[in-house]
Amino acid sequence: MVQWAQANFDVSFGALSDATRRGVLEQLGRGDASITALAQKFHMTLTGMKKHVGVLEQAGLVTTEKVGRVRTCRLGLRHLQEEAEWIETYRQLWSARFDELDKVVETLKRKERGDGRAKRK
Amino acid sequence: MDERRGSEAAPTKNPTTVERRSERELVVTRTVNGPARLVFEAWTKADLFRKWWVPRSYGLTLLSCEMDVRVGGGYRLVFSHQDSTMEFFGKYREVTPHSRLVWTNEEGDGGTTVTTVTFDEIDGKTLVVLVDLYPSKEALDADSGSTGAMPESLDQLDELLVSLRSTTTK
Repeated sequence: MVQWAQANFDVSFGALSDATRRGVLEQLGRGDASITALAQKFHMTLTGMKKHVGVLEQAGLVTTEKVGRVRTCRLGLRHLQEEAEWIETYRQLWSARFDELDKVVETLKRKERGDGRAKRK
Repeated sequence: MDERRGSEAAPTKNPTTVERRSERELVVTRTVNGPARLVFEAWTKADLFRKWWVPRSYGLTLLSCEMDVRVGGGYRLVFSHQDSTMEFFGKYREVTPHSRLVWTNEEGDGGTTVTTVTFDEIDGKTLVVLVDLYPSKEALDADSGSTGAMPESLDQLDELLVSLRSTTTK
């Protein structure tokens, strides 16, 4: 579960680290769109847009469906269906972060004790 | 003092909770095993801060970390992830040693998110409460992903989720 969530986070993070892809998600939030339409909207080649959509699709943020010659993109809900799921991912980040913080604080405490012994203030 | 060291040598990991308090607020809570002044120090000195802010398992590299922790002072974090670089920056609004920090997250174009962290010491341990306050629900909806670093990138997921919900429940 932990590994899954982190892998998921990693992929999502990569997918969201690009301004165009965020723009695509925002656009799809307003309505489904074909890859051609998205390419035009973002002044991009079809190949370029296909790549971006591919990354979003891998992250489960977008799904695509080909009908005839048109590939339509819509927001995918695979990973982010539940807010609880997102919250859990966020919680795991903070949990990992605070675990590291505990270590840093523990080191500071040891250092202080060492100094205290040396100085006996 | 010395007899206490045995039990402190292997501190237990305390639970971390995350709660959405409103459309605009997200609250993270955790007790850290140390006095508030040390937790505050770890939060305000760049060389300490960078040791814990980016958990090793997340595949991110903190390229640089500048922090001028005083009211009106700025911070700037630069991360690399795979082939991209991201910068997150803002200013400290409140700096109350050992008890409270408030900073802005200004990299987003949908307004400024304000983060408030409080440190409450209880029996040598510190209760840390972190609140992210978004400028508005509208800003949050409109700004579908630019507000920042690790938590901020998760803000992006959050914002996305809000817009997903608004479109799927129409």
